[in-house]
Amino acid sequence: MNKLFAWIDDRSGLVSATRRALEHPVPPRTGWWYVFGSATLLAFVLQVITGIALATAYVPSSGQAYDSLKFISEQALLGRFLRGMHYFGASAMVLLIGIHVSRTYLMAAYKFPRELNWLTGAVLLLLTLALAFTGQLLRWDSTAVWSVIVGAAQAGRAPIVGDEIARFILAGDTVGGATLSRFFAFHVFFIPALVFLLIGIHLWLVLRHGISERPQPGNPVNPATYRQQYDQLLKREGVPFWPDAAWRDVVFGAAMVATVVLLAIIVGPPELGPPPDPSILETYPRPDWYFLWYFAVLAMAPHHLENLIIVVAPLIFGVLLLLVPMFNKGERSVRRRPMAALLVVFIWTMIVVFWVAGERAPWSPDFDAQPLPAQVVGSGGPEVTRGAQLFHEKGCQFCHAVQGLGGERGPDLTDVAARMSSDQMTARITNGSPKMPAYVRVLTPEETQAIVAFLSTRR
Amino acid sequence: MNSAPGSNLQPPDRRRFLTRLSIALSAAVGAVLGVPVIGFLLAPLTRKQPREWRPVGPVDQFRVGETVSVRFEDASPLPWAGVTARTAAWLRREDESRFTAYSVHCTHLGCPVRWVPDAQLFLCPCHGGVYYADGSVSAGPPPKALPTYPVRVRGGQVEIETSPIPIA
Repeated sequence: MNKLFAWIDDRSGLVSATRRALEHPVPPRTGWWYVFGSATLLAFVLQVITGIALATAYVPSSGQAYDSLKFISEQALLGRFLRGMHYFGASAMVLLIGIHVSRTYLMAAYKFPRELNWLTGAVLLLLTLALAFTGQLLRWDSTAVWSVIVGAAQAGRAPIVGDEIARFILAGDTVGGATLSRFFAFHVFFIPALVFLLIGIHLWLVLRHGISERPQPGNPVNPATYRQQYDQLLKREGVPFWPDAAWRDVVFGAAMVATVVLLAIIVGPPELGPPPDPSILETYPRPDWYFLWYFAVLAMAPHHLENLIIVVAPLIFGVLLLLVPMFNKGERSVRRRPMAALLVVFIWTMIVVFWVAGERAPWSPDFDAQPLPAQVVGSGGPEVTRGAQLFHEKGCQFCHAVQGLGGERGPDLTDVAARMSSDQMTARITNGSPKMPAYVRVLTPEETQAIVAFLSTRR
Repeated sequence: MNSAPGSNLQPPDRRRFLTRLSIALSAAVGAVLGVPVIGFLLAPLTRKQPREWRPVGPVDQFRVGETVSVRFEDASPLPWAGVTARTAAWLRREDESRFTAYSVHCTHLGCPVRWVPDAQLFLCPCHGGVYYADGSVSAGPPPKALPTYPVRVRGGQVEIETSPIPIA
């Protein structure tokens, strides 16, 4: 065996090169904070493997993808499991790259001489999001079709070239036969090829500069002396990457894979929605969880800022990401960089807050609101009963709840009579507001009167 | 065998020429591969899709004052488009002879609006946009009214002209 390895190494040099890479010295006490990069890589490998498996059965045709997905999910051996793996693997990859970029930013690992590590990582972050978006669309059901349209509509907000980008996304004037094939090609060939290339460069840079040491307050990075200090640290206290530091990567990576497997078995892949027929209008399109927070941002944005948020905010985010390594000197410890800590906390809080909002989507009308039962309406006379009925029929209840029954877009009206007089209610119903239709166009005066009579009993 | 290092180099002028030749040839190969691929990918931007009048049902099928969804096929669907070749519109019969066909796409971000007949409103499930029966905005984020499609009556059939998805 050893002879065989020696022969291979003599002819290829690969064994000793791999050994050198694995056993290169790393700083001591790196700890568990350093596992997220390798875990992101492992999640990507998982995606490549499960993705190739799924691609052997998936038909990337606008007309047939849905049926092939049904086949994979319902009939193919292990198909449902592989779809689940690919979905939760994608979730893991997005989450882990988010944690990895936060960690390297908090520990200022992007400072001299690792600026290019950051920049290649930043591009990998954007490519990962591009994979997440295109991948969600390959689940070619009604939601996917509408996601393409919503994506195109957002791109359409860009000045001058908006229309062209939108048509590029749709592959034409409308969703059709050309749309899915292109997304498939981007998702499985083009973007992964770029990811492979950039991971290669990223890893090359990690080996070239070494893993950054744990930051120490009061030990700022000085480009003139940093490399020398780092070399001395490695000589003095360095440990071989394999296995002294790598075991944590392996343990964490294995735990991550186990989690993905368990979720794929227990929770399973997202259910397929209705077929990708753009003429089916009773749908409720919403993105997968990793973009749900952005969906919420778009719902809650003030109207006059909307174009700014859709077009300018992502550009600013991209530029800031690229500007980070400009600040490549000075303190690395987060204790001396309070603004950095604040920024990371702010971004994660924003995402979680908007994510929770997106999960509830209180701005969406509740199309399934059931008529108010008699015990809620009470016995206020025939006009009140009629008003409660109209309250449901005329769509008030899509947006307003009474005792928890109805939508959340408008104020809860359980005790509206305690805060509004019937004249005020009549005026509001008749004239509407920026958030509410003017019902003068919809209701007769008698109907308005009945609804107000009903609402006046709500206290 | 005993020649000094570098003695078998070409003359500097010739080396410069060979460098430039190799770079130029590589660039040409790259262009030969790249230009057609990029052109192929950008083709949808230049291809003008035709417009077609599509029948959506006999005139008598629609009642005055009512708004219903109608479905029709895109102008020139690819053979493998399947159900994605379908499009819908909200068709309102204004009076005996006039029809209005509203786009189903919310002007906010393109989601499918739903007509709620009792409330006489179009509601968008995505971000809560609301439109009146005439397509004008009544509440929520939409920046403008629902676009309309060209519609006509021919030989007792209501026909809608296919249109691109309205992009803001």
